[in-house]
Amino acid sequence: MDYSSLLHMREELSLLGVMIVLLIYDIFKSENGKTVFQIVALLVVAAHTFANIVPRDAFEIAGGMYTYKPIHTVLKSILNIGTLIVFMQSYSFLEQPENRIKKGEFYFLTLATLLGMYVMISAGHFLLFFIGLEMASIPMATLVVFDKYSRKSSEAGIKYILSAVFASGISVYGLSFLYASTGTLYFDDLATIITGTPLEILAFVFFSAGLFFKIALVPFHLWTADVYEGAQTNITSYLSVVSKGAAVFVLFTLSVKVFAPLAGQWKPLYYVLAVASITLANLFALRQQNLKRFLAFSSISQAGYIMLAVISGTPLGMASLVYYVLVYLFSNLAAFGVVSVVEQHTGKLTIDDYNGLYRSNPRLSFVMMLSLFSLAGIPPFVGFFSKYFVFSAAAQQGLYVLVFIALLNTIVSLFYYLKVIKAMFLTENETPAASIRSSLPLRLSLIICTAGILIIGLLGTVFETIGSMSFGL
Amino acid sequence: MNFLSLFVVVPLLMLAGLFPARTMRQIRAVAVTGASLLMVLACWLVWMYLAERSSGNTSEMLFTAETVWYPSLHINYSVGVDGISVAMILLSAIIVFAGVFASWKMEHLPREFFLWFSLLAIGVFGFFISTNLFTMFMFYEIALIPMYLLIGVWGTGKKEYSAMKLTLMLMGGSALLLVGIFGIYYGSGASTLTITELAALTIPIELQRYFFPLTFMGFGVLGALFPFHTWSPDGHASAPTAVSMLHAGVLMKLGGYGAFRVAMYLMPEAAGEMSWIFLILTGISVVYGAFGAIHQTDLKYINAYSSVSHCGLVLFAILMGNETSTTGAILQMVSHGLMTALFFALIGMIYGRTHTRLVTEMGGLMKVMPFLGVSYVIAGMASLGLPGLSGFVAEMTIFVGAFQEPDLLHRVLTFGAIASIVITAVYILRVVGKIIFGPMADRHHEQLTDAVWHERLSVGVLIAAIVAVGSFPYWLSEMINESVAPLITHILR
Repeated sequence: MDYSSLLHMREELSLLGVMIVLLIYDIFKSENGKTVFQIVALLVVAAHTFANIVPRDAFEIAGGMYTYKPIHTVLKSILNIGTLIVFMQSYSFLEQPENRIKKGEFYFLTLATLLGMYVMISAGHFLLFFIGLEMASIPMATLVVFDKYSRKSSEAGIKYILSAVFASGISVYGLSFLYASTGTLYFDDLATIITGTPLEILAFVFFSAGLFFKIALVPFHLWTADVYEGAQTNITSYLSVVSKGAAVFVLFTLSVKVFAPLAGQWKPLYYVLAVASITLANLFALRQQNLKRFLAFSSISQAGYIMLAVISGTPLGMASLVYYVLVYLFSNLAAFGVVSVVEQHTGKLTIDDYNGLYRSNPRLSFVMMLSLFSLAGIPPFVGFFSKYFVFSAAAQQGLYVLVFIALLNTIVSLFYYLKVIKAMFLTENETPAASIRSSLPLRLSLIICTAGILIIGLLGTVFETIGSMSFGL
Repeated sequence: MNFLSLFVVVPLLMLAGLFPARTMRQIRAVAVTGASLLMVLACWLVWMYLAERSSGNTSEMLFTAETVWYPSLHINYSVGVDGISVAMILLSAIIVFAGVFASWKMEHLPREFFLWFSLLAIGVFGFFISTNLFTMFMFYEIALIPMYLLIGVWGTGKKEYSAMKLTLMLMGGSALLLVGIFGIYYGSGASTLTITELAALTIPIELQRYFFPLTFMGFGVLGALFPFHTWSPDGHASAPTAVSMLHAGVLMKLGGYGAFRVAMYLMPEAAGEMSWIFLILTGISVVYGAFGAIHQTDLKYINAYSSVSHCGLVLFAILMGNETSTTGAILQMVSHGLMTALFFALIGMIYGRTHTRLVTEMGGLMKVMPFLGVSYVIAGMASLGLPGLSGFVAEMTIFVGAFQEPDLLHRVLTFGAIASIVITAVYILRVVGKIIFGPMADRHHEQLTDAVWHERLSVGVLIAAIVAVGSFPYWLSEMINESVAPLITHILR
């Protein structure tokens, strides 16, 4: 075998390099190096992001085991940016005395899950795909229990690992059916062999259940709120944005590429899942007081909106999906950034605690408001555009009723997003949360997110570039 | 850059200018400069428009410009105006100008107030200059969301409830609207989102039957169509003065404008089939709003219900679907915009002095504040349609147009709508008689003072506009009629 072809996996190798560098640096760093470790790590990850931001020509190696399309670069870059922002936001958390010695692990584990997602995205064979899926889940479980002395965190970790393992098990079970029925696990071959026999349908349902779990669609969402609440806030934001984004993308490509002959089966299935996710998650979000749980349910409903793009199965759907992930990344990370900084400095985490926040922390409240408006899909913020495109993709396929249901749900979601805004701006409070001086990296991350929320929608080229790469899927 | 875009750029610059502003002086300077610039621009636009028309340019939209934005979905930033939009832009500019002076004494977070106020202005002007469905919808939503904070933070009474109710109902309307827009775009198989180009295509009637009601109701919610009007009384009553002015004066007109330009114009066949349903609903709006106003004792509620009635008349006239009535509808939008803004400005000023808005607790205000008293009477007279003021011109045109429809349903509804004028007279005259004239209800009110210069300016501009429209209506009605005629021909084809 010609090992030089492995050099084509440039993103993966580059990320692996970053991981190894950071791991070695963490072990051998001097006493002095402990303070600059995070700065170095941020710079290295940023360098990795920039180095891999330019798309290449499509190719495949190892007989189709690993495939590359320009859109993969877009998506991987989006995930890189998300990871970078999460790292910036965890800066001050990792500088706390009890976490200082675990810095290296935090970076290594997070990047390991990222590598898993890379593999998932670029896989051309279910075996490699499954390796990626596992690589993305198991370090994640370790991250969830990062704060090992907290009961909630341990509980969340157990919940996550048990459900994740169960989901993977079902997925593999489905894959075994698929192999039994077709005799291959290559995506390209499968697309021509699958005809829609009952065994294949069963295989598809089992397999996709594992992905639904990752995306946290209703009814595979039951772990979400508890895990989001128990995990450290920055890890929650990583879980809700980066991990979800990769899974949605993979679901889309597999549906249109491998399971295209089963479109008659998966379309109604996704339809039900989308409606259930959006509606139920919205109803649950209405009643949440804890902001992390609140954002958990909000992210489930956002995943439901993304499913509208998946259902369409068109290039427009693909483009709007990737765009949605990008937009969702900026909006959600801005919200989580504010939540995490307020939690760290004041220990406050419920909506009532945010009463009158505008008085003491006008900037943070402003960023929070922008991100919530963007999540709700209010123009001129970027969330409006991404929602419009997703709805557009579904409407193009004539799914007006689905669009209508989704739109009605945006009103429900607006209600609960406005509840937070109301607490910050409208409710009078004699003793609002204390004025916060946040760390420089966190401020920088919020500036990036705000810029993203304000600018991306106005630049038509972002969507058009993604769109031009989505053709040919 | 096309000069229509200035209507969006100027409020945008206001926004940018307000960020560094610290003192009240600076904030006022920015707001007044922006509002005056908009006013000058609007007058200039009218002048240019009339000049262009008189030089024989008969194309549907003038001063058009287009910038490609999202080519794959045919989303362009395209602007253009016809007589209807010019009238609306002029109205908006006048009310923004008057609104800035009416909120001169804003003490609570003035910078933030004007920030949101500017965003509202961006939405309103952007909506009227847009000729692309997407940008139109976007500006429509931009205009809605500042309302939540404007009412919630600076409002009075049960402001949080009203703000939430208003926002959710209007957003609900826009949800219906967006489905309608998708239906128009994908249903017609169009490769454009520009309204004038969409009008040339035919949308299958089966699809129109679904999407016309959605679009019409979507805009109708904002136009206070019965039974979706319930946000209006609470919202207007709780909003701060300038916001009530802009909201009742301009924002509600977005509904009527959109219902005509998007729903009726793009889906004329379904409009013809289904107009009777909405005609009945608007007929109810007109009469029910007027009766609702009689029952109220809070000045703002009275005016809010009267707005429901008058805006109902706008949609009513649009649905009549002939040239005269539609011209009347646009005139009514202008007229109602001006007089309701005047009303809300005056109510705000009176409330600022007496600290009550209840009719029962006021009386004889003419003795202590003659300027406000006289202005209130003028606003009242305009509202009930005194010749020489704008209300008469608009309502007369509407009813003349409505009488051109000979069948029974239209006749009955027309009679009902005309009867509502009498009801209007009841609630206007009663209030005027009680609070302006009549005996002093509260001797503390004897110490009150009359309007000061910025209040006089705000009121004066509005009264001047009402008289100008009412006494010299020809230039305006001619300008509107010229643009309405081809649209109506298209709808009735």
